[in-house]
Amino acid sequence: MTLKTLLAGAMALGLAAPALAQDDPVKVGFIYVGPIGDGGWTFQHDQGRLAVEEEFGDRVETVFQESVPEGADAERAITQMALGGADIIFTTSFGYMDATNAVAEKFPDVKFEHATGFKREHPNVATYDARFYEGRAVTGTLAGYMTETNKIGYIGSFPIPEVIQGINSSFLHAQKVNPDVEMVVTWAYTWFDPAKEADAARAMIDQGVDVILQHTDSTAPQAAAQEANANGGRVFTFGQASDMIAFATNEDGTPGPRIASIIDDWSPYYIERVGAVIDGTWEQQASWGGMPEGEVVIGEITDAVPAEAKAAAEEMIAAITDGSYHPFTGPINKQDGSVWLEDGEVADDGTLAGMDFYVEGIAGDIPN
Amino acid sequence: MIRLERRPTPSRAWGAASPLLAVALTMVAGVLMFAALGKDPVEALRTIFWDPVFGEFAWYFRGQLLVKAGPLILIAVGLAMGFRAGVWNIGAEGQYIVGAICGAAAGLAFYPSDSWLIFPFMVICGALGGIAWGMIPALLKVKFGTNEILVSLMLVYVAENLLASAAVGWLRNPDAVGFPGSRNLSRWDASSNLELIAGTGLHWGGVAAIIAVIFAYVLLTRHLMGFQIRLAGAAPRAARFGGVNTARLVVFCLGFSGMLAGLAGLFEVTGPAGQVSIDFASGYGFTAIIVAFLGRLNPLGIVAAGLLMALTYVGGEAASANLGLPGAAISAFQGMLLFFLLAVDVLTNFRVRIWQGATA
Repeated sequence: MTLKTLLAGAMALGLAAPALAQDDPVKVGFIYVGPIGDGGWTFQHDQGRLAVEEEFGDRVETVFQESVPEGADAERAITQMALGGADIIFTTSFGYMDATNAVAEKFPDVKFEHATGFKREHPNVATYDARFYEGRAVTGTLAGYMTETNKIGYIGSFPIPEVIQGINSSFLHAQKVNPDVEMVVTWAYTWFDPAKEADAARAMIDQGVDVILQHTDSTAPQAAAQEANANGGRVFTFGQASDMIAFATNEDGTPGPRIASIIDDWSPYYIERVGAVIDGTWEQQASWGGMPEGEVVIGEITDAVPAEAKAAAEEMIAAITDGSYHPFTGPINKQDGSVWLEDGEVADDGTLAGMDFYVEGIAGDIPN
Repeated sequence: MIRLERRPTPSRAWGAASPLLAVALTMVAGVLMFAALGKDPVEALRTIFWDPVFGEFAWYFRGQLLVKAGPLILIAVGLAMGFRAGVWNIGAEGQYIVGAICGAAAGLAFYPSDSWLIFPFMVICGALGGIAWGMIPALLKVKFGTNEILVSLMLVYVAENLLASAAVGWLRNPDAVGFPGSRNLSRWDASSNLELIAGTGLHWGGVAAIIAVIFAYVLLTRHLMGFQIRLAGAAPRAARFGGVNTARLVVFCLGFSGMLAGLAGLFEVTGPAGQVSIDFASGYGFTAIIVAFLGRLNPLGIVAAGLLMALTYVGGEAASANLGLPGAAISAFQGMLLFFLLAVDVLTNFRVRIWQGATA
């Protein structure tokens, strides 16, 4: 790698990456896949950045670049940030995985944190993710209570383990409170495409689905549900990644489609990791926090939800948060009827991280 | 009152001056926009246009300019050939995608072999993929008189869906536990398209672009086909009477531009992008249209235009990261370039008359 030799030369001359003096602010960089105003995924990461600024004040300086495509341009954007003197860089989308590792090789003194990935090829690369399936257990419970048609819908982004965990967790918990429930899964093949997401939501509503869960980041499904409700429908949704509280009322002022939400709160993690860089205690790790760590938060459950359902949801939040309940606790069978978890057995993280099967009761195949 | 009067022949002087004037006007409008956004406009312009070439980290960014300009120039040279003949291939983005998919699929079929023949084979398949995608609008036009603008543009969306199905389905990396995207071609020695001269950013795509520019230049100025292309564009009726085979011309232009776009896709997927992923298409096929016109449809002009466009990308990203300029401001800046170019081009074809009184 010539860049490395060049860089080494430059560093020897003291041109690049000046050694971190004690009172220099730590420079923290963020690479975002969407605009910070997307109201979902990127918005939440940027809230995390602001929390870092608030926590450390002038001991840190943050920079970010928004709407960085997950392709050839990502590597340059990350390199640029490293050249610009960043001490730690958070790359906040799965598609930055190879680019993050490639840049990390060239900048051994810069720390890299890649969200939702699994490659840590160099000692200065850590990965982090959140246990969104814990939140899905709560929204699945609510979905089971709220559906009257016994048909709930799930807008999936890509058939990757993280999304399949969410589908399985939602379905298992809906089924627990409503044994007759069926789930319709639609794949949008995008993380953020309001038009496609709205189409998926409308198609589900036409099929008689009355509760929609989404694993895509826009508010379009919420708007589609609001539109259906304005035409006499009764459709409920959940905010995804961000609270999406604006959809908690219908256009006519009645309680609206959004009855709760799963909020990604990256602030605790970002504060912890930036703090580790400041203290000089940063180490490579693979972090997977959830409700106990405060990384997965359930947004306000509205009054559209009956008291009984709300109580059940709150009980589940408490049980997951104090560690007494794991959303994947047996007995659970796989879709083909074979036993996955025996009675009382809890899923191990390795299986979850590679989850490529539906649980029993979900119709349809995972696209391959 | 200002009136426009059509010139009998386009002005050569304005033809050459209008890109320069457009760049100057874009700078002025950009300064106003950056100032309105509350950023120091001089610093913004310096970050975009000066730092990547002469700044502290120019040793890195100069190479990146070539990485970015290579595919733009390669595609634009092909497009310009067609545009000159009045064959409007708007779907280079689709040909770029299909070239990348075909080349990648051809290579991955032999994974994990390390034969040196794999990369050349992928290059050929990438070119054939691009040609095949260009042939669809070409043959439909020749046989059924369909409009190649619409057909080639619509085929971009077909190609994007092919790309999605390849990335999440049949080309997906079997070792990536369900995550979308193919194997990383730039990390497989047999298929990797790395820098030829370290630190320059020059990979095989850049070499191909240089060859394409020379080839197109010679063809247009020294070869009968080039003459026919220019004639067909300038005077279609005369060309027909003069014995130019229009069908052959359409097939050649769409095939040639499709091939170059396919090659650009192949060199990108084996190099800077590395893998067939959902987001592989980054708009080079569309941006190359701007580059072709900014370069006056002239192969040498396109080289300059491609480098300038690459500079706005690389510098724009730097401004976005270091100065906190919103990403949309950079896109707007690039859009203004085309807008002013088209506006100034009016002067090439029209004379401006200051006109008084109510005669006429």
